[in-house]
Amino acid sequence: MTQNVQYNFAYLDEQTKRMIRRALLKALAIPGYQVPFASREMPMPYGWGTGGVQVSAAVLTPGDTLKVIDQGADDTTNAVSIRKFFQKTAGVAVTERTGEASVIQTRHRIPEAPLTEDQILVYQVPIPEPLRFLEPRETETRKMHALEEYGLMHVKLYEDIARHGHIATAYAYPVKVEGRYVMDPSPIPKFDNPKMEMAAIQLFGAGREQRIYALPPYSRVVSLDFEDYPFEASKAEHPCALCGATHSYLDEVIMDDAGARMFVCSDTDFCAGRRAAGHLGEMGVPVEEDRT
Amino acid sequence: MSAQEAGQSGVHADPSHQAWAAADPLLRVSGVSKSYGGRIGCADVTFDLYPGEVMGIVGESGSGKSTLLSCLAGHLVPDRGEVLFDTRAGGLRDTMTMSEPERRMLSRTDWAFVHQNPRDGLRMGVSAGGNVGERLMAVGARHYGQIRDQALDWLDRVEIAADRVDDRPGAFSGGMQQRLQIARNLVTGPRLVFMDEPTGGLDVSVQARLLDLLRGLVREMGLSAIIVTHDLAVVRLLADRLMVMKSGRVVEAGLTDQVLDDPQHGYTQLLVSSVLQV
Repeated sequence: MTQNVQYNFAYLDEQTKRMIRRALLKALAIPGYQVPFASREMPMPYGWGTGGVQVSAAVLTPGDTLKVIDQGADDTTNAVSIRKFFQKTAGVAVTERTGEASVIQTRHRIPEAPLTEDQILVYQVPIPEPLRFLEPRETETRKMHALEEYGLMHVKLYEDIARHGHIATAYAYPVKVEGRYVMDPSPIPKFDNPKMEMAAIQLFGAGREQRIYALPPYSRVVSLDFEDYPFEASKAEHPCALCGATHSYLDEVIMDDAGARMFVCSDTDFCAGRRAAGHLGEMGVPVEEDRT
Repeated sequence: MSAQEAGQSGVHADPSHQAWAAADPLLRVSGVSKSYGGRIGCADVTFDLYPGEVMGIVGESGSGKSTLLSCLAGHLVPDRGEVLFDTRAGGLRDTMTMSEPERRMLSRTDWAFVHQNPRDGLRMGVSAGGNVGERLMAVGARHYGQIRDQALDWLDRVEIAADRVDDRPGAFSGGMQQRLQIARNLVTGPRLVFMDEPTGGLDVSVQARLLDLLRGLVREMGLSAIIVTHDLAVVRLLADRLMVMKSGRVVEAGLTDQVLDDPQHGYTQLLVSSVLQV
């Protein structure tokens, strides 16, 4: 699909992209710090990735190859519509393969395949403030970030253990970046937290909340925990039913009303790649004709 | 060493510190004034508070008691005057010119503030144990087992059953909430406690138990405290010294028994004679 000439490249006007790039540079300079930016109305509802789309628009160049994933999958509504959006407004090449993409916009997952230094991972963030549900006042949370008063974050983890016997927070698990800012990694499963120390640049955009934050490559990202209840990157204790992978994050799929279920890789590209390479799970089929 | 142990050993165990502290006030307040536009909140209040001393501030509604307390605790900025606090590291320092991180650090370690309404001082969405543990975690405790043990210990000290540790404060009675608030404030072993009508809104039998508990804790931990109240019985029981306020000014100050038994100022006489004898 070629770019629709009625749109400026990647939908946003150049001044807006400059403004977002400035925020991105500041965010990269202060890892984990939430930089306010003048979020624009986008042609999609809040909560559908307006922040991520603006960040992607600001970093895309005509030579880029874009991949969009939603909960690990390339073929769900959110991913398909955002991919089409940039095909139409920027005319960039798109792919479903993690290794071939230069910009990856994601919702709720980090791809299983390790990313490289020439890739950018853009997260869609609903609520950038990790302290939000503990301290409702924005003025106060900003002060707490400024003064590094993060005791409250542990109160949340304490409550988890007191109520459930273990840290039950399974997604949006708070991390401390470079020993300074506590950051909400967006609602990725805590299984993905250790992957955040990666080679690629990670950019986080929250459209409704008008915040951008970032992790430069190889930033130190530590998941918060207690000495006697250390952080655990948990996943369902099953192999993938399609590709047999035992080390990937799994989705649980209910099969019928009798309670039958299957566990499959949430990263569809990873799963398809493994099947193409000959790995098969108990319900897997070796056909690959749907792969483009 | 936990913050609590540090607090207790710092204040009580070290004899050299005590000898030195006996000579110097913990809190030195001079000429504190605060007005709201043309109205006087409190005017020209001066006093010293020594370690281990409990100061009562009484007066009718609108006499400036709470304004004064807020100025002392750093919640309000006074128009004039200074509030010097004997910090552990730097000796007497003006809490107004102190940087904000320092002041906030002070208010979660060496200071405690007990609100009249426990809902103001508690996190209602967090369990009792979490409420008590918050200050510990705020000063760096990162061991769940130890935090929980200290929370249980403190719940026991304020007479809340251990099996209520995971209940939220909303499930507690008013008296229990107030005791929980006290536990939450004292867990880091503060040296100075500000109390704003700690027994307000409680019925008399619960008040009596709370006062008993407070008196025990104050004596046991050697706390210094400033208690604002309009209830003369509270200061009679708890306070060593007393200040009587009227229209924003201190009209009489002295030892509690002396002021209450032999009031000199007309307003104090009125106040003392207003108490119903049962």
